[in-house]
Amino acid sequence: MEGKVKVQVNEERSFSKWFYSRKTQRIITIACFMFIPLLLLFTFTYLPFGKMVGFSFYKMKYIGERTFVGLKNYKKVFSEPEYFSSLKLSFFYMAGALVQLAISLYLATVLSFKVKGGDIFKGFMFFPYLINGIAVGFIFKFFFTRGFVFDTVLQWCGFNLDKLPYWLRDQGVNNWSLAGTSIWRYFGQNMVLFIGAIMSVDSELYEAAMLDGCNKWQQFFYVTLPNIRTVLFLNVILSITGSLSAFEPPYVITSGANGTATYFVKMHEVAHTSQKVGQASAMAVVLLIIILFATLLQNVLLKYAFREAEYEGPEQNIRKKKIRINTAGRGKK
Amino acid sequence: MDDNTLSIVKRTVLNVLKYISLVFFAFVAILPLVSVLITALKDDEEYATTNVMALPQHLNFANFAKAFTTANMGRAFINSTIILIVVLLVSTLIGTQLAYVLNRFKFRGNTLIRNLFLFATFLPGIAMQVSVYEIMTKLNLINHLYGYIIMMCGTDIISIYVYIQYFENIPTELDESGIMDGASYFRIYRSIMLPLLKPAIVTSCILKGVGTYNEYYCANLYLQDKTRLATVATSLYTFVGPLGSQYNMICAGVIISLLPALLVFITCQKQIYSGLTTGAVKG
Repeated sequence: MEGKVKVQVNEERSFSKWFYSRKTQRIITIACFMFIPLLLLFTFTYLPFGKMVGFSFYKMKYIGERTFVGLKNYKKVFSEPEYFSSLKLSFFYMAGALVQLAISLYLATVLSFKVKGGDIFKGFMFFPYLINGIAVGFIFKFFFTRGFVFDTVLQWCGFNLDKLPYWLRDQGVNNWSLAGTSIWRYFGQNMVLFIGAIMSVDSELYEAAMLDGCNKWQQFFYVTLPNIRTVLFLNVILSITGSLSAFEPPYVITSGANGTATYFVKMHEVAHTSQKVGQASAMAVVLLIIILFATLLQNVLLKYAFREAEYEGPEQNIRKKKIRINTAGRGKK
Repeated sequence: MDDNTLSIVKRTVLNVLKYISLVFFAFVAILPLVSVLITALKDDEEYATTNVMALPQHLNFANFAKAFTTANMGRAFINSTIILIVVLLVSTLIGTQLAYVLNRFKFRGNTLIRNLFLFATFLPGIAMQVSVYEIMTKLNLINHLYGYIIMMCGTDIISIYVYIQYFENIPTELDESGIMDGASYFRIYRSIMLPLLKPAIVTSCILKGVGTYNEYYCANLYLQDKTRLATVATSLYTFVGPLGSQYNMICAGVIISLLPALLVFITCQKQIYSGLTTGAVKG
């Protein structure tokens, strides 16, 4: 009898010992803390991703029969002009994105140094980023309406209303108008990112440059630009992939009318208005492949472009830049 | 004139040009908003008879009340608040826990999980809604506030990076001293890490909060019952269609919808900027 009880106690003790041991605790903590996030990631990202790829081979609606059609949906993406040609509209947004990068880079350079009222300027320019997309849609529908805000300002500048186009209707300009709203919304956000990058540049480098008599342009080209090139490059790539998936401006402002339907707007229409789920999935997969390809290309380019810098190590790099500044300063004198 | 005065003149001219450019871009940024505010303050008659950029004769706030009731914005604000509170609580909890595990424990699959989250950022969200919609239908989550909330908790990647980066700056000696004192891992997370993470939590909550408050595509898709389940962003859809030309009321609605964002921006400017910068550098 006594022996039996002892064994039981021992067992209990060893269970609690096992339960409270670091190793078990570790496993339990890892499992508990990761279960929900991974479940959510799986349910709302990877499961739909897998399903989407699957759907793209079927002719189907959300409800009802599905028929396997092989690659027919993909062939349609490339052969039917209304689908693939809408990708051409991305060029408007790409051009807009490049203008936006230039503007934000300029403003960031100016605002990184002491400027009177700098925070207020920064605040005004950044705020559009925090406005919700639907509100932005209404604001710019209003802004571009015939005879309204934009036209009035242009008239102040001496333009004749009769000679101005309909900004959202005329096919020659409406995509530029939409790309413009995108610039308006994001240039401040881009600027804040660049300011962050510029602020992290070693201030010693600027001092060295000043001592060597560099002017502001030389400082920008020989100190700022080389030091923020990673962020800059990333933003260029991001704006290219972002342009390919341009969606919001045409969706909320023109609903894709008058030749403003970008690839994603078309896809949304195919998926939710005409409910050709298979076709929409194929469109999504094609775009995803293009974006992944662009990202891959970016990584290769990034590695190639910065190979030299990595090889030299940071210290030598700084020294080299200082030398470069020296020569640049002298050249000007 | 000697060289010195010449350079002073040059510097002054450049300075003036600099300020002109700054004023210009600030003007471009706020012009659309100012015009919307001007129009929101005009009554119907004044709106119909004056130019949109002409200042209102007297301040008239009737449009705000009208927009608020027409778009049922009271209900929308309640819904948005519920969504915000739950989403922020849950995503902070699971985000910090995940970051804690990923940063403090070395185990097989750690890098894989990080990469899974990273790769998810490349998948275009809007395109995926085609199949998310099907899953939401099957799980019976469409047209329920909780369904939308569950979905919004799951799409959170940037803040995990903010947390991981922050964890890297918390010395592991703190964990070790906790272990010496016999604290469990949960206790270490709860009593040591969570309080230290406060700045990172504030930052990522602001970013996530603004993002959630402004989200409209999924809200429109999954909360279809617009009388009961509209959020502030989707309540603006009321003005699409027959009301589409009453711009003075629409403008008032737009202003109401962006007031909370403005408030957060004015009070937490610094955190928003720093959060964006850390998020972008890592992501």
